[in-house]
Amino acid sequence: MAVQETYALGQRYIGCGAQWGKITVTQVPGNALGAYLDGGEIEVLCSAQDATGDTMNAGEIVVHGSAGDATGYAMRGGAIYVRDNGGYRCGIHMKEYRDKVPVLVVGGSCGSFLGEYQAGGTILVLGIGCEDRAPVGNFCGTGMHGGRIYLRTRFLPPNLPEQVAVAEPQSADLERIRPLVGRFCEKFGGDPESLLAGHFFVLTPNTSNPYHQLYVNN
Amino acid sequence: MDREGQNGFRIPSGCAVSAIFSKEGTRRSGEEIIRSIAMMHERSNGLGGGFAAYGIYPEYKELYALHVFYEGKYSKEQCEAFLFEHFDVVNLSKIPTRKSPAIQDEPLIWRYFVEPLHTKLSESQLDPDTFVSRCVIRVNSGIDGAYIFSSGKDMGVFKAVGFPEDVGAFYRLEEYKGYCWIAHGRYPTNTPGWWGGAHPFALLDRAVVHNGEISSYDANRRNIEMYGYRCNLLTDTEVITYILDFLVRRRGLSYEEAANVIAAPFWSTIAAQEEAEKRRLTYLRNVFSGLLITGPFSIIVGFTGGIMALNDRLKLRSMVVGEKDETVYIASEEAAIRVIQPELERVWAPRGGEPVVIRLHPTAGEKEG
Repeated sequence: MAVQETYALGQRYIGCGAQWGKITVTQVPGNALGAYLDGGEIEVLCSAQDATGDTMNAGEIVVHGSAGDATGYAMRGGAIYVRDNGGYRCGIHMKEYRDKVPVLVVGGSCGSFLGEYQAGGTILVLGIGCEDRAPVGNFCGTGMHGGRIYLRTRFLPPNLPEQVAVAEPQSADLERIRPLVGRFCEKFGGDPESLLAGHFFVLTPNTSNPYHQLYVNN
Repeated sequence: MDREGQNGFRIPSGCAVSAIFSKEGTRRSGEEIIRSIAMMHERSNGLGGGFAAYGIYPEYKELYALHVFYEGKYSKEQCEAFLFEHFDVVNLSKIPTRKSPAIQDEPLIWRYFVEPLHTKLSESQLDPDTFVSRCVIRVNSGIDGAYIFSSGKDMGVFKAVGFPEDVGAFYRLEEYKGYCWIAHGRYPTNTPGWWGGAHPFALLDRAVVHNGEISSYDANRRNIEMYGYRCNLLTDTEVITYILDFLVRRRGLSYEEAANVIAAPFWSTIAAQEEAEKRRLTYLRNVFSGLLITGPFSIIVGFTGGIMALNDRLKLRSMVVGEKDETVYIASEEAAIRVIQPELERVWAPRGGEPVVIRLHPTAGEKEG
C-alpha cells in the first residue's frame, strides 16, 4: 500500500484499514478517519470529524484537537487519544477479546451516550477544563454490559442507568489508568501525576442487576 | 415537473447543510457559501441543491419577493391571473440563470415583487403576512404545476435538481449580496428528488434546510394541517417550515421556545430540571405535543435578521458552529467551514436539542462584503 503524503481538507477514509505506516494529517480530515485501522499510526494536528476510528482493530490515532460524534464506534483494539472533547456516542459498542482491549482516552468532555452498549474495552475521560461538572452528557453507559469507563471527576453523570455500577478505583484500575495518562501527557503535554491525583469514578456493568427480561423472558 | 421514480428510475440513497451569517450585516456574494457546500459534495447525490439568501433585494425591501416554478405556460397563466387578482405586482421577470449541462429539465422560473392589493387585504381582514402565506398555500395546493417556493421580503430561495455547487452557478449567485446565506445538498432517502422537493423550504421569510428524516412526519402533518397549512411538496422537511411559521409567527413563541417544542427534552431530562424550568418545558411539551419532531435531524432556519441551528434531541446528525470576528459559520462538517475560513476563534458542536440562535446586532448596517 502506497502511503499518501498529503491529504486534502475534508478527505474521507484516510488510513482506512491501514496495517502499518505513519500518517500525519494537517488539515481537518473528513469522516471515518482510520476506520478499520489495523496497525498503522495516525496523528491529526487539528480536530477530526465524525466516526474517527470506526471499528478499528489495532494501531493508534492521536487527535490534537476535538473529535466528532461516534469516535471509536465499535472499536475492537488499538488506542485513540483525543486532546480536547469528544462528540456524542463516543465508544459505543466497543468490545474486547483476550488481548484485544481497545482504549479511548478523551482529555476534555464527551457528549451524551458515552459507552452506550459497551461490551468491552476501556474508556477514560479526563475532564480537563470541566472540573465543575460531570464531563459527560446524558445516558452514559446505557445498555453497557462489558468493559469499563473511567471518569476523572467529582460529579457523577446524571441519570446513570441501574445496570451500571459505580465504584472508586481499585489498584488494578489505577494500573490500567496510569499508562494511559502517561501516553496522553507524552502526546499533548501536562503532568501525569497531577492528573492521576484527581478523583476517579469507575463505571462497570452491574452484574447483580443484569438485563434479564429487558427484551425477552430468558 | 418530473419527479424521481416516475420514469422508473430512482436513486435510493444523508444531506449536507451550511450557513454563513454576518452579525454586522456585512453583505457578501454567494461564492463562499457555494465553496462551503461543495466541500461536502459526497453528502449529496445530485438530486437537489439549494440556497436561501437574506438582504439581497434592498431596492425592493418593502415588497414580498415571490419565486415561482411553472411546469409550463398554462400553469403560469393561471398563477399570474391569481397573482394579479390579489397583488399589486411592481416588477416581474424571469430569474436569471446560466445554462449548464449539470442542470437539466428546468421549469419556468419567475420572480415577482408584490404587495397585497389594498382592497383585497382589507376585505380579507388579515394582516399582510397572513394574507400572503394563505395565497402561497392556495397556489401551491390549488394550481397544478405552479409552486411559489420563496415568498419573503428582501430574501430569496434558489433551488433545483442537481448538486448544490451546480445549482449555485445556475442561479448566478455570485451576482447577489446577502448578510446571511444558507445552503443544502440533498441526498433523498424516502421521498422523490424533484425541483419542488429541493431545500430550502420557505414560507414568508422563514427558510429551512434539513439533514435527516422525520419519523413523526405524518403525526406532525395531520396536526399542522388543522391550522390551514397544506403539505404538498412530497418531502418531510416542509412540515418543519410550517411548524416554525405556526409557533413563531402565529403563536408568538421565541425561536428558543420553538426549539423546546420540536426537539423537546426527554421526560427524564425534564424531571432533572429546576422547578420553574421543569414547569416551562412540561407546558411546551403538553400544549404542542403534536409538533414534537422525532427522528434524526440537523436543521438551519433563516429568518429576517437571524438564523437558528438545531439538532434533534438525540443528536443523530452532525453540526458544527464556528466563529470568526463578527461572522458565524454553521455546517454539517468542520471542513466545510475551514475551507472558507481557516482561522476560527471558536468551534463547537451544539448539543442535541440545544438551539443556537444568532441575530444581527441592533446597530448592524448593511456594508458591502
